[in-house]
Amino acid sequence: MQIIVVGCGKVGKEIVRQLAAEDHNVTVIDKNGELVKSVSNEFDVRGVIGNGTSYMTLSDADLEHTDILIAVTPNDEVNLLCCVVAKKGANCHTIARIRNHIYSTERNFIQKELGLSMIINPEMTAAREIVRRLSFPSAIEIDTFSKGRIELLRFEVSEKSPLVGLELKYISQKIPGNFLICVAQRGDEIIIPDGNFSPEPGDILGVIADQADIHGFFKKIAIKTNAVKNTMIVGGGQLTYYLADILLKAGGKVKIIEQDPKRCEELSEFLDRATIICGDGTNVNLLKEEHLDQMDGLVTCTGMDEQNLVLSLYAQDKVRTKIITKMSHVQYDDVVKSMHIGSVINPKKLAAVHILRYVRAMGNTLGSKIETMYHLIDGKVEALEFTVTADSKVTGIKLMDMKFKSNVLIAGISRQGKLIIPGGQDEFHVGDSIVVITKKLGCHDFHDLLK
Amino acid sequence: MNYKMIRYVLSLVLRLEAALMLLPCVFALIFRETQGLYYVVAALICLMVGAVLSSKKPKNFDIYNKDGFVTVALAWLLLSALGALPFVLTGEIPNYIDALFEIVSGFTTTGASILFQVESLSHTSLFWRSFSHWIGGMGVLVFLLIMMPGQTGSRMNLMKAESPGPSVSKFVPRVKENAKILYTIYLGLTLLELILLLLTRMNWFDAICISVGTAGTGGFGVLSSSCGDYTALQQWIITVFMIAFGVNFSFYYLILCKKLKSAVKMQEIQGYFFIILAAIALLVWNNRVVIPGFGENLRAAAFQVGSIITTTGFSTVDFNNWPELSKMILLMLMLIGACAGSTGGGIKVSRIILMIKTVRKEIQSIAHPRAVKKIKMDGQVVEHEVIRTLNVYIITYLIIFGISLLLISFDEFNLETNFSAVAATLNNIGPGLGLVGPISNYAFFSPISKIVLIIDMLAGRLELFPILLLMLPSTWRNK
Repeated sequence: MQIIVVGCGKVGKEIVRQLAAEDHNVTVIDKNGELVKSVSNEFDVRGVIGNGTSYMTLSDADLEHTDILIAVTPNDEVNLLCCVVAKKGANCHTIARIRNHIYSTERNFIQKELGLSMIINPEMTAAREIVRRLSFPSAIEIDTFSKGRIELLRFEVSEKSPLVGLELKYISQKIPGNFLICVAQRGDEIIIPDGNFSPEPGDILGVIADQADIHGFFKKIAIKTNAVKNTMIVGGGQLTYYLADILLKAGGKVKIIEQDPKRCEELSEFLDRATIICGDGTNVNLLKEEHLDQMDGLVTCTGMDEQNLVLSLYAQDKVRTKIITKMSHVQYDDVVKSMHIGSVINPKKLAAVHILRYVRAMGNTLGSKIETMYHLIDGKVEALEFTVTADSKVTGIKLMDMKFKSNVLIAGISRQGKLIIPGGQDEFHVGDSIVVITKKLGCHDFHDLLK
Repeated sequence: MNYKMIRYVLSLVLRLEAALMLLPCVFALIFRETQGLYYVVAALICLMVGAVLSSKKPKNFDIYNKDGFVTVALAWLLLSALGALPFVLTGEIPNYIDALFEIVSGFTTTGASILFQVESLSHTSLFWRSFSHWIGGMGVLVFLLIMMPGQTGSRMNLMKAESPGPSVSKFVPRVKENAKILYTIYLGLTLLELILLLLTRMNWFDAICISVGTAGTGGFGVLSSSCGDYTALQQWIITVFMIAFGVNFSFYYLILCKKLKSAVKMQEIQGYFFIILAAIALLVWNNRVVIPGFGENLRAAAFQVGSIITTTGFSTVDFNNWPELSKMILLMLMLIGACAGSTGGGIKVSRIILMIKTVRKEIQSIAHPRAVKKIKMDGQVVEHEVIRTLNVYIITYLIIFGISLLLISFDEFNLETNFSAVAATLNNIGPGLGLVGPISNYAFFSPISKIVLIIDMLAGRLELFPILLLMLPSTWRNK
């Protein structure tokens, strides 16, 4: 597809990295010549220096033949104007990043009236993601399929877990339920497990389950899943506002620690029921005073990655709570992961992921198409979701009769909102969503997975 | 440096060369010549060397800036070193240095020869000689870019290092698509010329060799008289196509996109055609005594101007016998060269235009010391970095020119010969003036001078820096 990305900041760059790797024709536009140069040198894309709101600049970037325009400059209004110009000029799909909370309530109006295909608010998206992770304190990472009805959770097997040494073919006798262990990571090795696989302590397992069954599953394998009621948030930025708002509305208790008195007052204006503490979140005594040890969850989201990291490390040692750390830099992912501080959330990366998901869904409009795609475990495994359409050739064939390539696992079928863990006798129906786990990367079509 | 990737690319280049060497074999079969066998042997040697270099894909596909330059320079050296083998194996050019000179002259689209009697070569070798122009014209690595799998962005560094001109821009987002567009235009124009020449009843073998030679702006003919024996119409066709291949290929891309207006507005194109017309007018006027008859005079002037400015190097007359002013005009054209982004060599018209603009700006700044003025090209501001690189390029060019001139002067030939020999090789033209004029050859130079000229040709084709980078010790130090 022909795609224009306006703005080469962190989000823009992340999007470009992925799109270029997925064989799209990408042109980037930015006012800053240096940025354009560095991006077009690093990736196989064309760069145009100029203002993305100008029709001239956009036509220079071949707007005429563009399918999608993604506006991710730091300025909301510029993004909106880019999209409007592109929409009027070439009638292409447009995606804008809008982060000011003033617009958040007018989202639907803006999207409809200005003809945008998608509006993404990184902070809002991140806040929702954090809430979801908080509700499963022990799961490491959660990805959702089929519009949030199916979840893929990855967790570490502890030594006391009943799963240790249990061959997967006997698992349904011991732990009944609608779930499937579909990927395992042992050290650096990635395994798509079969019936003979037995988990060992330290393995990271990925399990696919119906959202309703998940709590039951974790209970059975002796992982506590008590919902988070008391949350402490360090740092009072935009993300904190959205996060606290959601948590409060869900009936939780929120304590926010923010240094800037003015910001504290602003926050208290919007968040009546939250406890807002004006103070330095890195001050250990303050944290103790505010009973960090009695919290169920801690979210560190100050503007400084370093501060967030140090705080999370400190809390990790002192208290047993679910900790979520906000990071802005993408490059240090590996280092952060090796520190075992639990969940890390990167709003910029998350925004890129959401935009990419939309682009991917657009790119596959025929046959069995990819609906969602996740790179798991540093991109070594992909989890794909296909929707079976009427013209697909895979309907009405029993799974046991289909010849899949090695390292391909059909992990779940979502039919009318219900998860089916597939067996050999199952068939695909039109309208089904199929979740596939594979080590074979870069598949664009369901048929790529067949022999 | 990513040595594994460099070795991998080089082995790909050699595999490609092996495949290309099989094309002359087709002609060997048609003309029933035994020389074809040696080409198969040479192709096998290419494959073997390629296999030794690298057998499996590297994990890291990145090509950094320096790697791009080094890879391109090494690729061209290897390509030439092995491309010379068939000439030696068939015994047609027994001396390896001579064979190397001939094939480097081919790949760099120079067209300078060391052969006395071109007709004595087999058809197989004649085709290989001319075909090397076509391979070298658009670039081997640009061709590889089309075929290479994978998607990393750093490919651009290869294209940048091989494409001529002060700055390389893409037409479309992906490097691969760019390379495809370039080769499509290239192939299309070549076929068009071939068809036109065949329609004028040129011998088909000549037509093929002349077409590929024109396309790469090379200049190897199949007759000793170069193009002198062809009919007036055929000479005009060749003239038009020589000039066409010297045009910046973005011009054709803009026309293909139906953006005729911006295509015609390209300053480089305007400058290029202005120089051509002015030079032809001057030559016609100055040669009115030597060549009687306006038609013939115009044809000779147009052919020679087209041949020299695009750095092709075909000839229809011995311009050595022309008046001094005419020879001087041709020498000037040699230095100017074709457009950037074409298959031609030389300093390039866009660089000349930028140079004139820079000089004008400097002079203006003497009159108005506080004046702020940006240099523009086609309405776009030219960044200071481009101007700086341009200045360094010109200085480097002069230094290489001077050193080469000094080195080949050890052979004690006259100044006209030496000067034009260096100019004709460094700018990838072929024939010069004096002893290296259009009806003579380069055979009489000593082996050392030949090696100097070989380096000049390579440096000229790759725009100086890649070859110089190879000689820099710090290129090879890793820390």
